[in-house]
Amino acid sequence: MLLKLLFTSLLSAGLLTVSGAQAETVRWARASDPTTLDPHSFNTGTNFVLSHQMYETLVTRDAKGKLVPTLATSWKLTADPTVWEFKLRPGVKFHDGAAFTAKDVVFSLQRAKGPTAQVKSLLASMVEVKAVDDLTVHVKTNGPNLIFPDNLTNLFIMNEAWARSKGAETTQDPASSTENFATRNANGTGPYQLVSREQDARTVMKANPQYWGKGQAPLQITELIYLPIKSPATRVAALLSGEVDFAQDIPAQDVARLKQDQRLRINEGPENRSIFLGLNVGGKELKTSSVKGKNPLADARVREAIHLAIDRDAIKRSVMRGLSIPSGMIAPSFVNGYNKAMAAYPKVDVAKAKKLLAEAGYPDGFDLTLHTSNDRYVNDEAISTAIAGFLGRVGIKTSVVARPIAQQSVAINNADIDFYLYGWGVPTYDSAYIFDFLVHTRGKDGRGPTNATGFSNAAVDNDIVALASEADKAKRDQTIARIWDVVQKERFYIPLHDQVIHFASIKRIDVPVHPDNAVLFKDVKLGAK
Amino acid sequence: MSDVIHHPAPARRGWRQSDSPVKRAFARSRTVQVASAVLLLIVLATLLAPWLAWQNPFDSASLELNDAFLPPWSEGGHGAFYALGADDQGRDVASAILYGLRMSVLVGVSAVLLSLCIGVPLGLVAGYAGGWFDTLLMRLADVQLTFPVILVAMLILGIVRGVVPEGVREQVAVLVIILAIALSDWVQYARTVRGAVMVEKQKDYVLAAQLIGRSRSAILGRHILPNLLAPILVIAAISFAHAIVAESTLSYLGVGLPPTQPSLGTLIRIGQSFLFSGEWWILLFPSLVLLALALSVNLVGDWLRDALNPKLQ
Amino acid sequence: MLAYLLRRLGQSALVLVAVSLIAFMVFRHIGDPTISLLGEDATLEERAALNSELGFDKPVPLQYLNYVGKVVQGDLGISYRLKRPVSEVITERLPATLELALIASLGALGIGVVLGVYTALRSEGWLSRWVMTVSLVGVSLPTFLIGIGLIYLFAVELRWLPSFGRGTTVKVGGWETGLLTASGWSAIILPAITLGFYNMTLIMRLVRAEMLEVLRSDYIRFGRARGLREKDLYFGHALRNTLIPVITIAGLQIGTLIAFSIVTETVFQWPGVGLLFISSIQGVDVPLIAAYLMFIALLYVVINLLVDFLYLAVDPRLRRR
Repeated sequence: MLLKLLFTSLLSAGLLTVSGAQAETVRWARASDPTTLDPHSFNTGTNFVLSHQMYETLVTRDAKGKLVPTLATSWKLTADPTVWEFKLRPGVKFHDGAAFTAKDVVFSLQRAKGPTAQVKSLLASMVEVKAVDDLTVHVKTNGPNLIFPDNLTNLFIMNEAWARSKGAETTQDPASSTENFATRNANGTGPYQLVSREQDARTVMKANPQYWGKGQAPLQITELIYLPIKSPATRVAALLSGEVDFAQDIPAQDVARLKQDQRLRINEGPENRSIFLGLNVGGKELKTSSVKGKNPLADARVREAIHLAIDRDAIKRSVMRGLSIPSGMIAPSFVNGYNKAMAAYPKVDVAKAKKLLAEAGYPDGFDLTLHTSNDRYVNDEAISTAIAGFLGRVGIKTSVVARPIAQQSVAINNADIDFYLYGWGVPTYDSAYIFDFLVHTRGKDGRGPTNATGFSNAAVDNDIVALASEADKAKRDQTIARIWDVVQKERFYIPLHDQVIHFASIKRIDVPVHPDNAVLFKDVKLGAK
Repeated sequence: MSDVIHHPAPARRGWRQSDSPVKRAFARSRTVQVASAVLLLIVLATLLAPWLAWQNPFDSASLELNDAFLPPWSEGGHGAFYALGADDQGRDVASAILYGLRMSVLVGVSAVLLSLCIGVPLGLVAGYAGGWFDTLLMRLADVQLTFPVILVAMLILGIVRGVVPEGVREQVAVLVIILAIALSDWVQYARTVRGAVMVEKQKDYVLAAQLIGRSRSAILGRHILPNLLAPILVIAAISFAHAIVAESTLSYLGVGLPPTQPSLGTLIRIGQSFLFSGEWWILLFPSLVLLALALSVNLVGDWLRDALNPKLQ
Repeated sequence: MLAYLLRRLGQSALVLVAVSLIAFMVFRHIGDPTISLLGEDATLEERAALNSELGFDKPVPLQYLNYVGKVVQGDLGISYRLKRPVSEVITERLPATLELALIASLGALGIGVVLGVYTALRSEGWLSRWVMTVSLVGVSLPTFLIGIGLIYLFAVELRWLPSFGRGTTVKVGGWETGLLTASGWSAIILPAITLGFYNMTLIMRLVRAEMLEVLRSDYIRFGRARGLREKDLYFGHALRNTLIPVITIAGLQIGTLIAFSIVTETVFQWPGVGLLFISSIQGVDVPLIAAYLMFIALLYVVINLLVDFLYLAVDPRLRRR
């Protein structure tokens, strides 16, 4: 009798440990909250990183930047070089139990191209998408697009039946007064499903018991609580007081203190984002400079002077606390087309800068205003203040105007700005993304929307457009190099550095930094308690 | 018999025996004496800042970024000495405080003066004339009160950015702050003055002046206004303290002075990012000075209100 | 009296109209909604199309009338950032702010009255003067600094109280409250102190001043002459007369608290309308900004009206008007 009791208790204990029924909750803090759960509404990292827990894409990028099969198991160009074929993963279910098929992929890609879906720029080259059979999709592009799959790493797949039945076939219509169901509800194929959503407070997710990757991914975290904490000091305090287990968006100056805390682990790594200055070279006269009748930034010598006046090493040491990678190129090192030689940056040279300014006709310098965001890039305001100091030393008296990124973006999009600090991440890991937005003439062929420099070069424009349909990789890379030569020579962007980011967590959690500042919690292995 | 009348020399009396209730109260209160001394020191520091500070922190070109984050009482490059340490831009905290004080005092005094110039005349006219003007002013005040200083500042900044083309220089930020604080504070003056005028105008000396035929502006300016100086002064003192603290909060919300010309409040806003990172001097010293200034003004203003209140004599 | 009531109501309506005008005019000039809605890479044609769909190419007075018409029907538009009806968003976030403002003002009132009475009765004592000075410290430092300092002390160093959020909340009817859970109460303490400190100082000084005045008045002296006990004198007579202006001021202050919750909510990540407002400003979410301004105006107007009517009921001298 006793033996039977012993046997049963051992068995149940064994079963419990085998099924791993331990509840593991991770409280995850970031600076801002996604404004909607609709995965196609916004093209921002903040929204994507939350969507990646509940929805999935055809392919994902791992921490080393490699494309990894997710909902697509393989992909290749068909005999027709403008058609890509994706083979889909079988046996995948959505959170509501519906099966994942090619029809869902077709629906999602078309939805993502809708007029108010801000991710549509990633699908600019897509002309048509169709389901060949339940597990195969064909995508036709306008011209051979070698890197089309790179564009899909943040394009999430929704269930067509669910979306249609809930009235969410498109993203939110701005003129309508009813809320789109996908704003606060999520039905994806991802490892976590939505439990509750309170904007600016918390979003609670629990592990998806039917997740297809159950055997492959560790899936040790059973409950995930997303906590937006806007004030950086409060975010760091929450980490120190033990109220959050994992935090991103750590201010550079707090890293040293966090590293000293025995209970915490800080992981560090380069981000796929470049920080630089944009100069208005196309305008006849600058609105914010003291020079009347002409544009001092239109003179290449002035731009070179600015380039030489900035002490990137001092910025790295003092403003960034050693946590930046100074660079002479506005492409981060992960990007195809990045060239180590081009990324070399000059040591600060005040004498030469002054000489160049004098040669250009400004021996006493001039006045200028630098516009910067104050809530988007690491220490953006402090970097701008330091730059004002460097430029002041060579005679360019610089005032700094700091404002939230939303307002800064508006000015840049309207090309109503003379001299600005900006940052650019490259989700496709290819230079074409940079050229399409920042180098191509503004407003032509739907490109150049964030090119506020006024730089316009017809030959370069043609090269950029050709990139989208060049089938030969070697030729394409050559064209990329050619465009970079021009960009570097003309210097209408002055590169500063690539950002370095941190993941801070309790010791049990060890997540290596992902260059896109993304985390896939399904892959996180928890250490011993 | 002499026609000359000898008066004994009056005994020397200290403030404790003074005829003025204010002087008597001053002599009695140690706290206010200390507060006034601090205020005097600060006023001196503000005036003499360019001579007292070895560095002009508003001149970005003179900053040495390599000296950033030096702790208090350390030497930097080129023999520079940072008595209270250096901040994240290499600014000497001591110099930054001195120059920041100037900015803060400038903002505070300008805001108070502007408030006064708007509120007092409006209150005088409303209280004296009454009627539709009075009603209009009170409703205007209601509208104004729905917008506390934070909202007003953001609204004005929005207007400025929308109306003034992109040639916005740093100087405009100062004007925006001053205007915002002044616009949210004028109501106190208007209301107080209006209430006081309504009381005063029933008094005999006003009726007498009216009988003689004095013009309304003369009555208001020469007779009534001097009686109101006491309460106005008290409000002004406290609004000044409020203004310099409010500027810091506005800076925190993104509508403050530019980072290259920081006031005390802006230095605090910049310093709060360093609360946990170990560079405590960037936050502590400016906070202590702001505290000393605002506290002293508040103490003096408070005490003045009590001292000038005839009902408490 | 009816005439007075009607006049006040009419004037309040005018105030609301004026505020709505200001809100609408100014914010037509902030930011570009087409960029917010369509994203950075929208083409110029797409932006023009959205402009006319939203009615932004019509003459401004017409836009204003359309806007007011919709507001009166309760349609405050869709938030650009959150893609949800603004009225829903505000009603959802309101309980958090109202609870915070309520606890802050009750605390300020309670502690303010107690300290005010104490410092009036013992006005020469050293504790009294110390309290007066220390209370001024709170108004001589910016709110966010006080908030962060409290977090540093109580959350990081002592670990007694949470540094952010509302704790666990319970939905009662349509109201999400944090006052029914222990974690909710521990979460509201630091923000309430931060928010209410200024008011506490104000009320304390007011009570003290009023008390001091009343204590010197004739009827108190006659009461003493008649041999009434000090306790009855102070609390029975003096305090009661002191409280009326104090309560009205405290009532008016609730409106201010709600508006000033902006900073406190940002520091403590308190999900109320203040945090909503600052996020809207930074994100150029025009419909929400305009709605918030009008909501604050409505709140002030209602409170002012209530206070005026309260005065009417309490002070017989006014009734003769």
